[in-house]
Amino acid sequence: MLKRTHFNPSPLPYLLVTPQILITIIFFIWPASQAVFQSLLVEDAFGLKTEFVWFDNFIELFSDQIYFNSFGKTIVFSSLVAFLSLGTALILAATADRIVRGATTYRTLLIWPYAVAPVVAGTLWMFIFDPTLGIVAYMLDMMGYDWNHRLNGNQAMALIIFAASWKQISYNFLFFLAGMQAIPKSLTEAAAIDGAGPAWRFWTIIFPLLSPTTFFLLVMNIVYAFFETFGIVHAVTKGGPAGATEIMVYKVYNDGFIGLDLGGSAAQSVVLMVIVITLTVIQFRYIERKVEY
Amino acid sequence: MVENRPITTFCSHAVLICGIAIVVFPIWITFVAASHDAVRMTQTPLPLLPGDQFFVNLKDTFIKGVGNAREQSVGLMLMNSLIMAMMIAVGKIFISLLSAFAIVYFRFPFRMGFFWMIFVTLMLPVEVRILPTFEVVANLGMLNNYWGLSIPLIASATATFMFRQVFLTVPDELLEAARIDGAGPMRFFKDILVPVSRTNIAALFVILFIYGWNQYLWPLLITTDKNMYTIVMGIKQMLEAAEESPEWHLIMMTTLLAMLPPVAVVVGMQKLFIKGLTETEK
Repeated sequence: MLKRTHFNPSPLPYLLVTPQILITIIFFIWPASQAVFQSLLVEDAFGLKTEFVWFDNFIELFSDQIYFNSFGKTIVFSSLVAFLSLGTALILAATADRIVRGATTYRTLLIWPYAVAPVVAGTLWMFIFDPTLGIVAYMLDMMGYDWNHRLNGNQAMALIIFAASWKQISYNFLFFLAGMQAIPKSLTEAAAIDGAGPAWRFWTIIFPLLSPTTFFLLVMNIVYAFFETFGIVHAVTKGGPAGATEIMVYKVYNDGFIGLDLGGSAAQSVVLMVIVITLTVIQFRYIERKVEY
Repeated sequence: MVENRPITTFCSHAVLICGIAIVVFPIWITFVAASHDAVRMTQTPLPLLPGDQFFVNLKDTFIKGVGNAREQSVGLMLMNSLIMAMMIAVGKIFISLLSAFAIVYFRFPFRMGFFWMIFVTLMLPVEVRILPTFEVVANLGMLNNYWGLSIPLIASATATFMFRQVFLTVPDELLEAARIDGAGPMRFFKDILVPVSRTNIAALFVILFIYGWNQYLWPLLITTDKNMYTIVMGIKQMLEAAEESPEWHLIMMTTLLAMLPPVAVVVGMQKLFIKGLTETEK
């Protein structure tokens, strides 16, 4: 935590932390406390007077069927994104771990989607699934499947799930691969001598030993799907059709900036903050325990 | 490799190639779309092989612009993105280095208080506090300029944590030697600490550059002036401006341009990228 030897006491350390602390207070702590405060207020239609209403905004929020639906959609969205991208990345990492020749080339080709902005990823997938022009939509049409994510809510959801998972594969792949390479080779070799085949070794040795990485990635993927996918939704569906893809982070934006419902949006912000804080705490408890295995 | 099984090895390669095909497919289609002319891009099925219009489209994108809003220049948007990404990356590294230095090498009242204050920012992504943060920035008169684009995104717990971790592994003997030689704190920081952690700084820079370049929601909110648009949000504006008949060949060319810098950074500085990714997140 702290060095054995220090510099002598002086005002210098205060000067050194000032820039970061100032920015933190002005742009993080103050706005966040404002969000908490606003979530307890109601503003009239003309923005002339505000009234302190305690938890009415939250009560209204939780009794709102639309918000409840949005919550459900977020759960479906984030769990499918986590499952799809973790699953694909695990398969790819497990095979890449086995390979000697060409491993670097494969890795290079697999990691770069990390650098693609979510909104750009959304644009790409929207283009290949475009109902009138898109190449995949065309192929699906040939096979007799009618694709139109502008009208069909489930298809719209599937499309943002594809785009979000696609972008996250490289991140998961890198962490899985690093985790697998940290497993001592002697373990798998011993199992191989005992006659265990590659698949059996994977399930009985590698996968269990990988569980800290998997858990870490699970939390990171949920955080990603909850908060970083705004760009994808905004580019591809804008929450539509008919709110079918309105996940929570999109709804905060939509209600606050488009709907101008300040109290309601602030209450949603507070709910999201509680979720992030819970996830962060889980993450940190896990990091503390990770050292043991 | 534990044993030599040609069939398993073959299957492994096949699986990886399939994976890469899935990962690369959207980009291939983008590239193909960017290399055909406008007429071809309105006929189904769209081409799967590249055409010969790539450089023509490249020229058109830069000179004529895209969409109804032809006055917004792609070159300018790229420039804005670059400035924003650089400001975020350099700013974050700078303030995190300083505060990590203070927290690790000094003992002073409220040290832990500051540490926790920084820690809290880890839990508050911009998405959950957009409205009040927007108000703060508006009140400070930072809409539509580079400061407003970058400073609110600069405070970062992850970078401070990482530097704290790095500094803790720096041997105490270095500090003792520096003190014997009569070096003051800033001298020690500048001549020993920063050079010792330069690979970490570079690794972090790669991650932060990508983070900064790919910002979307924040620039979308605080820029109304076309001259301040970044390329990532510019794509979205192009799609919206041309709702009826998007000029896909030019939009896809712009998309390629928007992806190119961060992808080049990842591929070109792969070792640093992986180092940065695994160090900041853990």
